Amino acid sequence: MVFLNFFISGISLGSIYAIIALGYTMVYGIAKMLNFAHGDVIMVGAYVCFYAVARYNLNPFLGVLIAMIVCTFLGMIVERLAYKPLRQAPSLAVLITAIGMSYFLQNTALLLWSSNPKVFPSIIGRGAFKLFDGRLSVSHITALTIIACIVIMIILSLFISKTKMGKAMRACSEDKGAAQLMGINVNATISLTFAIGSGLAAIAGALLCSAYPTLMPTTGALPGIKAFTAAVFGGIGSIPGAFLGGLMLGVIEIFAKAYISSQLSDAVVFAVLIIVLLVKPAGLLGKLTQEKV
Amino acid sequence: MKKVSICLVLVLAMAFSSSCAFGAAFKIGGTGPLTGGAAIYGNAAKNGAEIAVEEINAMNGDIKFEIRYEDDTHDAEKAVNAYNALKDWGMQISLGSVTSKPCEATAAENFADRIFALTPSASSAAVTEGKDNVFQMCFVDPNQGSASAQYIAEKGLAKKVAIIWKNDDVYSKGIRDTFVEKAPSLGLEIVSETTFADGNDNDFSVQLTDAQTKGAELVFLPMYYQPASLILAQATAMGYAPKWFGVDGMDGILTMEGFDKSLAEGVMLLTPFNADATDERTKNFVAKYQAKHNEIPNQFAADGYDCVYAYKEALELAKATPDMDAETLCGKMIEQFTTMTFNGVTGENVKWSANGEVTKDPKGMVIKNGAYVGLD
Repeated sequence: MVFLNFFISGISLGSIYAIIALGYTMVYGIAKMLNFAHGDVIMVGAYVCFYAVARYNLNPFLGVLIAMIVCTFLGMIVERLAYKPLRQAPSLAVLITAIGMSYFLQNTALLLWSSNPKVFPSIIGRGAFKLFDGRLSVSHITALTIIACIVIMIILSLFISKTKMGKAMRACSEDKGAAQLMGINVNATISLTFAIGSGLAAIAGALLCSAYPTLMPTTGALPGIKAFTAAVFGGIGSIPGAFLGGLMLGVIEIFAKAYISSQLSDAVVFAVLIIVLLVKPAGLLGKLTQEKV
Repeated sequence: MKKVSICLVLVLAMAFSSSCAFGAAFKIGGTGPLTGGAAIYGNAAKNGAEIAVEEINAMNGDIKFEIRYEDDTHDAEKAVNAYNALKDWGMQISLGSVTSKPCEATAAENFADRIFALTPSASSAAVTEGKDNVFQMCFVDPNQGSASAQYIAEKGLAKKVAIIWKNDDVYSKGIRDTFVEKAPSLGLEIVSETTFADGNDNDFSVQLTDAQTKGAELVFLPMYYQPASLILAQATAMGYAPKWFGVDGMDGILTMEGFDKSLAEGVMLLTPFNADATDERTKNFVAKYQAKHNEIPNQFAADGYDCVYAYKEALELAKATPDMDAETLCGKMIEQFTTMTFNGVTGENVKWSANGEVTKDPKGMVIKNGAYVGLD
């Protein structure tokens, strides 16, 4: 039973990684860039939601909605100001810009909201489902996170595979130049990708802070890095891969803490990542694309 | 060309007049994390120190201060750069750095440059070790660990103890090391010892389950309050209710915006500062801080405040004047700090030993009905 409890802890941690990883992987899959500022957009989303719910006493779901709108615009502005001018630049330059953006958002948040940690009110309370006479408990927030992950995953997959915009996204991801020749507005498509990714970040922020309720300007940074690891683990660019990678990363982390050593848990997580990448260089569900020269 | 030279003259004139206007003040400088993850500590110490400077300057006495804080983002290398910037500015006495890791770096510079330093809150033992001119306003980490163990044993709070500590933090490790060293001789049995670090400080189910299954009656939390608040919430969700014992880093947990205070009910901690104390000085300081920064000061703010007042007292006793150079002041300060007794908001009858460590009584506090209450 202790084992099962650890497993559930792992799933609940992993579901948070998964929902953040979805945003990473989607932007990477289409725009082919690592948006390291994703974790910080999550933090902004969480702050907006916090102020809506805790200060203005709005309905939590309305709060999440407002956070989504704010983050969507933030994502588009960041893309427009920081990434669009670098469309033709080498990918390393964009990567550095993204890291810069991450610091910029963190420090702006520090000025706006100060460094004092705030306790985030859970969007659906702190209850739990009790199983086996209460010996096993799954908190509501974990259940909600997993459901949200699955729903988002399905909608995203459908959107990308079935709609016209989705088709344009796939075309951009394959070959920007050719897509442009076919009459696709590449800039608008990439902006849309960022808008969707940032909107998802707001949901991830609300769920992250509902599960682990301290909110600081650095809240998004480290989970962001872990989620990025999860996305690589599952195969970056693959949406189901991000989900699987996130859950597995969470479970491995908790098991490593419980059964190996709490001091070595991160070392174990990254050792597993290295082994997976050695065996499957594209990640668990990633497709290996041959670069034609 | 003419315009440029006029500008230059103006700039020079301004520089000259400003140095004149402040010529009669002692220049004190410190570094601390004003931005980044540890910004809460740096800003608190800076704000506390600035309030003290304002109060002292408003007294219009012989001692006046000019204070400047530089950002070190809790990074040792940046702290040394910040220290050098302060030296260029003309710092005569120093407030060291706010956090331990950067302070270990700047303390070495202080020692080499013969600039006296009194750090508000850098508590690791390495800060003062082997340096005759670096002093601390806070307890040194090892003292906190052994004092906590002693307190738990003397009050008979528990026999079986669990420790959760942060293994990438010198503060947490320093306290944990001396606690573990001291505990067996006092009859305390450490049944569970688990760690966390930056990046995996969200989920504590494993650590708490370990403590629970091994039957710990008391969980010792040598850490800052932010992870502690998560631990308390998760333990409550699990239905695990041991006694909790924290250290000075736990101070501040009650002022976290949105924190459910019932989670911290019964948490005990050793701390030098209590914002709810009713003595005149504390009340005055808390009120001023609240009016200015819209939050309750934590112990970092109180330490910063006390540092400046300790300097005032020492400078008065030494009959120091602002035209003395840093090295002369350093000698005088060493002499005063090793002999004087200081009363501040973080303690009465505070004394320093020659190696720079402070002696003051930690106050045992317990959280009752959402407020700190003295344990004794």
